[in-house]
This record gives sequence, C-alpha cells and structure tokens, in this order.
Amino acid sequence: MSDDVLVVADHRRGELRDVSLEVLTAGREAAEATGGQLHAAVISGPVEEFAEELNRDGVDVVHTVAAGEEFNHDVYTQAVTQLHDAIDPRITVVPNSVNGLDYAPAVANRLALPLVTDAVGFTVDGTVEARREMYGSKVETVVDVAADDLVVTIRGGEWPAAEGVGDAEVVAEEFSVDEDRVGSRVTGFEEVAGGDVDISDADFLISIGRGIGEEDNLELIEDLVAATGATLSASRPIVDNGWLPKNRQVGQSGKQVTPDVYLAIGISGAVQHVAGMKGADTIIAINTDPNAPIFDIADIGIVGDLFEVVPPLIEEFN
Amino acid sequence: MKVLVAVKEVAEVADDFEIAGTSIEESYLTYDLNEWDDYAIEAGVQIKEAGDDVEVVTVTIGPERAEETIRMALAKGADRAIRVWDEALAEADLLDVAAKTEILAGVIAAEDPDLVLTGVQANDDAFGATGVSVADAVGYQWAAVVNALDLEDDVAHVHRELEGGIEEVTEVDLPAVLTIQTGINEPRYASLRGIRQAQSKEIAAWGLDDIDLDAAAVESVLELREMYEPESESDARYIEGGAEAQAAELAAVLREQGVVGE
Repeated sequence: MSDDVLVVADHRRGELRDVSLEVLTAGREAAEATGGQLHAAVISGPVEEFAEELNRDGVDVVHTVAAGEEFNHDVYTQAVTQLHDAIDPRITVVPNSVNGLDYAPAVANRLALPLVTDAVGFTVDGTVEARREMYGSKVETVVDVAADDLVVTIRGGEWPAAEGVGDAEVVAEEFSVDEDRVGSRVTGFEEVAGGDVDISDADFLISIGRGIGEEDNLELIEDLVAATGATLSASRPIVDNGWLPKNRQVGQSGKQVTPDVYLAIGISGAVQHVAGMKGADTIIAINTDPNAPIFDIADIGIVGDLFEVVPPLIEEFN
Repeated sequence: MKVLVAVKEVAEVADDFEIAGTSIEESYLTYDLNEWDDYAIEAGVQIKEAGDDVEVVTVTIGPERAEETIRMALAKGADRAIRVWDEALAEADLLDVAAKTEILAGVIAAEDPDLVLTGVQANDDAFGATGVSVADAVGYQWAAVVNALDLEDDVAHVHRELEGGIEEVTEVDLPAVLTIQTGINEPRYASLRGIRQAQSKEIAAWGLDDIDLDAAAVESVLELREMYEPESESDARYIEGGAEAQAAELAAVLREQGVVGE
C-alpha cells in the first residue's frame, strides 16, 4: 500500500459539481497527514476540460478516464477499481452524492475495503477516524476504522472548495470497459421541478414541514401566505405526501432558494433541507423542539406551537 | 417472480434524550419501521398486485423485538418474512456495511429473488450503502435512489432522483437491487384484515449458520468510539413570550424586512 490518496470527481451534463472541489480539499488534508501524493480522477464527459478545473493547489496527478459522456455506475466501479489497483491508495474519497452512493459501495465491496459514508470530518493519524451523524443529525459519532485502507464518502458543504492553480501531471488512462459487467443504461434526464411557480425567484418564502401534521392544516398556512403576499414552499415530507407539488420543494433534491426572508414553519432542518435554503438573507424558524437543527442556522427563532402562533400572525396582517 | 424486500427496524429518538457511552439510553427510544423501507414494501406489494404469481418476501436483520415491525410488512401484503439474528450480532455496537452485505448476500443466495427492494437509507445509522454493496456482492445489477419504477419483462425502468430537481432515466437488467426513495408511492396503512392475516404468516428465524456464516464473517471493521450531541451553533435571536406576543413581534420583524405590505 502507498501513502497516496485518491479522490474521484462528480459531474453532470458537462459540468463539474461543486463537491468535486471539496473532495480535493478533503483529499489534500489526508495526503498531508499521510505524506503521500494526491491523485484526482475524473471519469467520462469532457475529461480534459475537467482535468484543468481539477488542477488545484496540492493536486499531484489528475487521472482522466475517457468513457462515454454521462455517469454510469458500472463504468465508474470498473474505472475506480482499476485506478485503485494501480495507485494502491491509503484512502479513496468520493462525494456522498446520489451518484457517489451508486458506485462507492460497489467499489468497496469489490476491493474488500471498509466503507464510511456521509463523513462530516475525518482525520488520519496512523489510523483513520471519521465523524458522522446518526439519527437524523441528533447525534454525532466518532468511528474508528481498523483497517489499512478504506473508502470514505464525504458530505457536501463540509470542506471548503480547493483553490489556486496546481502543477498536477495529467495522465490519460488506458481503460476499456468490461461490457459483460454493464447491466444498466442511462437513457436520459428529466427536470421535474417545473410548473406554475418558481420558488427560487421569491423574495419571501413561507415554508412548511412535517410539523403541519395533516393535509387539512395546509389551509391555515395558505391563509398566512395570502395575508402576507408570500410564496409557499415546503420541505420534502410534504411533497412526498403529495400535499404540494415537487416544484415547491426546497432542498438538495428540490430547489435551492435565496429569498430575503425564509420563514420555516414546522421544519426540523435536516441537512438535505438546509442545503437548499441556507443562502436566504434572513431565516426565521417556528418549531416546538428547541433542539431542532433549524435553529442552528436561524437568525430569529420562535420556540412554540405553530397552531398557536400562526392564527394571531394572520390577524396582524388582515 | 419473487421480490425480496429488505427492511429495518430503526430507533427513533425523543426530542430530549441522554447518551450513555456510545448509545442513546433505551428509555428515550421508540422502535418503528424505517421510513424508506415503508416505500420499498409498498413498491413490492404493488408489483404483486399488478402481476400474476408474484411472491413478496421480506427480510430483516434484527432481534426478536423486530418481529412487531416485520409483522406490519406482512399486514401490508408481503407473503412471508425472514428474520436473521445471532448472538454475535447482538454484541456488535455498529454493524458496518460489509457485515450487512454478508448476511443479505446469504439470504439472497438462499431465496434467489428476481428483484430486491430496500430503502435508500436507514434513519438510524444512515450509511445509505447496503443495497448497492449487496448487489455487487451477489452479481446483481442495481440502481440507487429510485423514485419511479416500472417493470417490463427482464428490465426495470427506473428514475433515479439526482440533486437539484433532476431525474436520471435508466434501464436496469434483472435480477437487480433497487434502493427506494421516499415519495415514490403512497405507502398504505395495514387494514384490519391484513393485520389479522399477518398473524398466521410465517416469520422464519434464521441464524448465521443458516446462511453458512460464522461470527467472524460479520465482525465490523468500524468501531463506534464516541457519541455526543453536536454543539448548537445557534446564534438566533429568540422571540419569547406567549403566542400572541410572539406573533406580534414576528409581524413587526416581517414589516421591518419590507417583505410584507400593509
């Protein structure tokens, strides 16, 4: 085993995703600790263009694997396994994205490596210890990895993006995919969040979550929306229940919003939700649970029952 | 056709709780079916209802207590259940992905299903990785984070829910493991009739030796060393008082922000 670190970039439809620069930072920190080299890999798409973007401070080698345009997990699994065999890295770092979770577990299984997913921090000091959350962010844990090498997927937004321009060597890898082990085909993409309203344009969003309890209670919030002239949005459970359409969903799999004011009512503030609204200028939260993570990013908080606070609030504006 | 649905009983934590060592004190926990798995069960039962001769089998790794949860899956329409447990598992602090993979791969080898469904992640340890890992281990195809599913002969047509309101449209050859995202369907409530019928359905209790494994095979490489409540990073200004007073002050804030007119 070498002391090197391998990180794998994420991209979609011709663009590197932000987390790709974050895995570079996580990888660079790890490589500084192990004293090894930092290898970045980019697979499929316009790899040469991507290699230039990935050539940041601290990156020693960028490996390009030309193989089709878009992500395919079978291709990624094979390519990362091949690179791992060649580099024999101490740590392989992958974004904890929807696509990262579609191949990293297969790579770990194929190479019989331990896997730590959704890490919010990790350190290498002889052994590796990773920090990750459990129970929907209610607790944080420290996990020791009793192995020489491992695969870790990292949560987006936890490491800063890598900066500067590096002097990495760019290596175009010889790679031919084993077609017998490709059992899935990507045939297209669909944008699902269209429709009547674009919540990402709104100045004032009133957003509701699980705390609303029942669909019938939506009426109360709609009255508040009407009285204030706000735009209505929601967290995932409301959309999963079919109470509001997908174009109203704020969060990782919905829309990213940056209103002047974001009023979160009955939203606990799961990390996937926060990823979609933390850019709001002023965040106001109403929640019965004083420990709800939404208060960690709120500017103004009301610990209270929405069914008691919202009716007099409507009165204020009528 | 046989559909295997892998489910997990997860602990839900009360708003206020205490940590003892590397776990949450039992008195603050309630146990329920993992939310994502509820959607996986529904997807399996819908396939059964739409086809002829479809058997839906659920599997869980868990102690006897988990039978209550797996019984709910049976009440919703699964035909029978398998519960895998062993003393060696009871002693583990944290079951890592590799250990779960070994166990579920053993169950898949014994049951030989055409399709395996499971939730995207479990709400407790939230690795979000077991489905894909198991698929690779048994040589099945797979797709992670599926929010639309349509079966046609030996192909699953799926949508994968990517970030930012984009879905990837993908064909996956069967046999396959699909990890199911919330919102893909509307999970049913168990009917009274279903609950009654579930009482007579089989829950087979398997040990590790039933799937040719021993304690060493499920030893976790990951060790949970610490658990703590994350420090609150809140610098929010809290509006105190009764609901009326809170509402009045909030209204003043909103006016000040200039986002509501008079």
